[in-house]
Parts: sequence; structure tokens; C-alpha cells
Amino acid sequence: MSGELTRLTAAGIAASVAAGEVSAVEVTRAHLDRIAAVDDCVHAFLHVAADGALRAARAVDDRRAAGEPLGPLAGVPLALKDVFTTADMPTTCGSRMLAGWQPPYDATITRRLRRAGIVLLGKTNMDEFAMGSSTETSAFGPSRNPWDLSRVPGGSSGGSAAAVAAFEAPLAIGTDTGGSIRQPGAVCGIVGVKPTYGGSSRYGLVAFASSLDTPGPLARTVLDAALLHEAMSGHDPCDSTSVDAPVPPVVAAARHADVSGLRIGVVTELNGEGYQPGVIARFTEAVELLESLGAKIAEISCPHFGYALPAYYLIAPSECSSNLARFDAMRYGLRVGDDGTRSAEEVMSLTRAAGFGAEVKRRIMLGTYALSSGYYDAYYGKAQQVRTLITRDFDTAFEQVDVLVSPATPTTAFPIGERADDPMAMYLADLCTIPSNLAGNAAISVPCGLAPDDRLPVGLQIMAPVLADDRMYRVSAAVEAALDQRRGHPLLDEANGLGEARPDGARPGEARPGEAGPGKAGPGEARAGGEAGR
Amino acid sequence: MSITREEVAHLARLSRLAIGEDELDRFAGQLDVIIAAVARVQEVAADGIPPTTHAVPVTNVFRDDTVVPPLGAAAALSQAPAAEQGRFRVPRILAED
Repeated sequence: MSGELTRLTAAGIAASVAAGEVSAVEVTRAHLDRIAAVDDCVHAFLHVAADGALRAARAVDDRRAAGEPLGPLAGVPLALKDVFTTADMPTTCGSRMLAGWQPPYDATITRRLRRAGIVLLGKTNMDEFAMGSSTETSAFGPSRNPWDLSRVPGGSSGGSAAAVAAFEAPLAIGTDTGGSIRQPGAVCGIVGVKPTYGGSSRYGLVAFASSLDTPGPLARTVLDAALLHEAMSGHDPCDSTSVDAPVPPVVAAARHADVSGLRIGVVTELNGEGYQPGVIARFTEAVELLESLGAKIAEISCPHFGYALPAYYLIAPSECSSNLARFDAMRYGLRVGDDGTRSAEEVMSLTRAAGFGAEVKRRIMLGTYALSSGYYDAYYGKAQQVRTLITRDFDTAFEQVDVLVSPATPTTAFPIGERADDPMAMYLADLCTIPSNLAGNAAISVPCGLAPDDRLPVGLQIMAPVLADDRMYRVSAAVEAALDQRRGHPLLDEANGLGEARPDGARPGEARPGEAGPGKAGPGEARAGGEAGR
Repeated sequence: MSITREEVAHLARLSRLAIGEDELDRFAGQLDVIIAAVARVQEVAADGIPPTTHAVPVTNVFRDDTVVPPLGAAAALSQAPAAEQGRFRVPRILAED
């Protein structure tokens, strides 16, 4: 039974807890057991807070017993990216610089999750300071893709995506600066959402690129993502860039899975050379599916999207070089070389060299270069102008169509190590996702099947105008419902990285006789554990 | 243009990164490739195009000046690498001579 609880949706768990069919403590225990059983292989978590999670679950059960009203996600476990401050858990950002750092306060999002009765299971692995597309830049070792443990789960929110895809948590929160929620969501076969910039609070989020950083949900279903979207979003006076407007009606949209009459634009520039044939095949089918559901399809050119990647890799490193100046070894975090003879500046430089990994150093130096006098106009200034042109491309497109679609990533999950020493190859993973970060509009990745060439998940990206987040939920829910119906079971039933595929499509909640429970290591799992060797 | 080892050493100094001699060559090669790739933004005809600094328009934000409890010295110092007499202890900030 406890194994099957981890297969439930967040909406299903919340309903069962509210109805008294299961306690929040039982649900939490089931997920902690699942983490204990599989996380040696997946390595989604950097910190598991078993006691705190059980305490929070017990509080939900007590409130229910006392007849108090529960929120729509009360008692649902969640995995939180280790970039949000938590007063009762360490916050490391995947960096040696912050190893063991215990923040003195909760991020706004952390606080809102707790108030909603959501149970925080722990903190998830990530690329160091969210810089990367594979979790390989984490100082604490990479996470692994539950579809194939030899492959990356994407990044930077790879631990969050892997936790959800491996049924260690029904929900997770990530941050998306250039695609860091949508790309791992796509390659792990789950839903990943970048809300409109400013729709979710950055207070207590350790900053990477402040004009781009956007917290958002990861979930196994579109409705679950929408429920979390509503629970975490809304105006925050502590974040001066927080949008003071109502949260778009994303839950209603997720329940209204209808695209008839909707105008959908296929972006010409996000296709063709550099895209895996299996990704394009599934993407094309998804567009045909939308047309068969009544949507009007048009091809739309966004001529400057080809310059989004170079503009992003100037803007994001420039902001990062400034933001990460705060790691100066004086007030918190690592300090090395303070032997009484060295100056503060020497200690600072030694600490930063020891505390930051290679990718963070590269981006700090790249940003320092782009902001240097003599280069500023040609690099940073030019990138900011390109940012304007990309926003105008979106504006023009949204005069003609309601949403835009593209593949979420150019390829499926790549093997661990394949791009680790080739920064430019790694950067290409964000090719399709970056335009929406630069323009600040909402975008989502929803699973659209497995690539026929490697049987790995492909994500369909849907981009909507600023503060029209509900539109992309409507489209995603329609795609999800049609594909699940055609397939006869959820896509994740086919994930076999842990030797647990359910090829005949058993529905969650229906245990088959004689089936090895997810808690028991199957043969595939044992082999994978041997290969992991972290 | 290409990035020299000396330029990387200069960037590392500006960035307060005491990177090793062995790292200089590797970073020089990588930064050279990356800068050549991002320089493509210069191909775009952008004369007269205003720069965008932020994803959504940012204006001054005002809120009520409400008093809330501060963090407190003990909490602020709890994660300090070194503290002394209720303050952050830092290495010397002036040169010896």
C-alpha cells in the first residue's frame, strides 16, 4: 500500500487526506521510504528532512481532526530546490561555497508552502548556483535520470525533476533562468512550468540572474502543476519586481482542457538543424494532435530568436558576476586561508577559487569581461538591445496567435559526461527555452511522448503572453488528456531506469498481484546502483 | 579576436578568483570559444533600439514603513566564518606597509 501512495497525483493525495482515507503522516512516510529505497541511485536530494516532514504532516492531520479547513494541497509532500532559503534545513545551491549553510530565514515561497500545509521532504540537487543544464556542475555529484540512470536529468533543477519522475515526491519546485525548469521537466517526462516573470517571488531565492530568475512548479500532471502554481504565486512586498496583479486562473484552465478555436503558432526558428529527428517527430505529431482537437495552426517567424542564446550568455553571466560578488568569505559561507598573515582581499580570492566550481568561475569571468569598459557596448549593451528585439518578436506573434509552440529541448536526455567539458555544447540545451526568459512571458513543457530513436521523453513547449499563464495550462491539459487516452496509461509508467516499468499500463492505485513493490530493488535497480559509484 | 592567458589572469583578478596557473590555459581556450559564439549579437542591426534591462517594466515600488522585528545579532552571526565581540571578524583590510 505505501508504495502505491507514491504513485498518486498531488490532487489525489490532497483529496484522500481531506476525506480521511489516508493520513498525511502515512503519505509522508511512504515518500520517505521511497526516497530511502531509490535515492542512492537517483541522487535527487541533497538533504532529506524526515523529522521535519513528519512533524508538518502531523500538524495537517491534527488540523483535519480539529475540523479546520485544509488548503487544496494540504498534506502533499514536496521537494524543494536547494536554492530557496529554509530556516530548518541547510541551503547549499549545490556549491562548496555554501556547504552546510543554515539560513536564518525562510524564503517567501518556503513560507507559503508551509502555510498551505504542503510537507517539505527536503532539498534537491542542482547545478551549482543554478548554472548548468545537467546537474553535473553540482559540487555534490550529479543526479540521474529515472528513465536511464546513465543519462542526465537536465538542469539546473535536475534534482527536483528527477525526484518527481522517480516518484520520490509528487511535486517539486525549481527555478528557471534560461530553461532550468522546462528542460529538466522535458527530459524527465514530467510537466515543468516557468510562470510569467514576477509572478512568483524571488525573496529568499539565492540570486543567479535577477532579471531572469523565475521560481515555478514541477509535477507529473498538468493539474498538479497548476495547483502548485496557485499555491506558490502572488504578489510579495519583499520582492520589488513581484507583479502586483491577480494570479492567472491556472487551475480552472487546467481543468478546461479545450483548444477548439485557439490559434497556435509554430515557431519557424525553433526547428531544423541541430534538432534530434526523434524530437521533431514527436513535436510534429503533437501539433497535428492539437489541430485534430480543433486548434488553428499557423507557422510564425520570430526572426531574432536565433540570437536569444548568445544574448542570454552575455546577460546572465553579467548579472551573475555581480550577484555572486556577495560570496566574499566575510559574513557567511566558506572562508579559507585566514591564517593571520593574509589580507581580506587575498582571503576572498582564495576562498572564491576554492568554493566555486569551473562553470561558475567561467560565467563570473565572462560577465566581468562583458561588463568591462571598452567591451560593454559591444557585448552587454548589444545583448540588451537584442533582448528588446526578441520581446518585439513575441509581441508581433501574439497579435496573430494565442500561444506559440516549439520543442522544449533540441535533444532528449544526453549521457552523463558527454557535454561536461564542452560549455558551448551544454549551453545549446537551452536553445528553445531562453527566448521566454528574455521576454519574461510564461512558458511550460508538457510531455508529448518518447522519441522513436532512443525511447526517451520529449517535451512540447507552449509559450503564452505575459500574465496569460492560464492559456498554456489549457493547451497542456488538452495534450496530456489526448495522449494519455491514446496511450491508455500515463507516460511515466514506461520509465524503466529503476527497473519498474509498467508496460501494460496499470493505473496508479491498482497494484498487480505478484508485482515487486517500488520499495524493493529490482534487478535493474541493483545493476544501476553498482554503476552509480558516486 | 582571441582571449589570451594574460587577459584571463586579469579577469580572474577583477573577479577575485585566485585561479591556478594550470587553470589559466583551460579557461582561456573555453572563454575564447564562448566569446566568439556570443559575439554573434553584434550581427544584429540594432541601431536606435532601446536596451531592455528587465523582463517586465520596473517602476518605483512603495510600501508602508512598518516596523518588523530585525534578524538580531546572534542570528546574523550564527553562520559567520569568524565572529568576535558580537561582530564579524575579518582579515586585515589594509596593507602592512
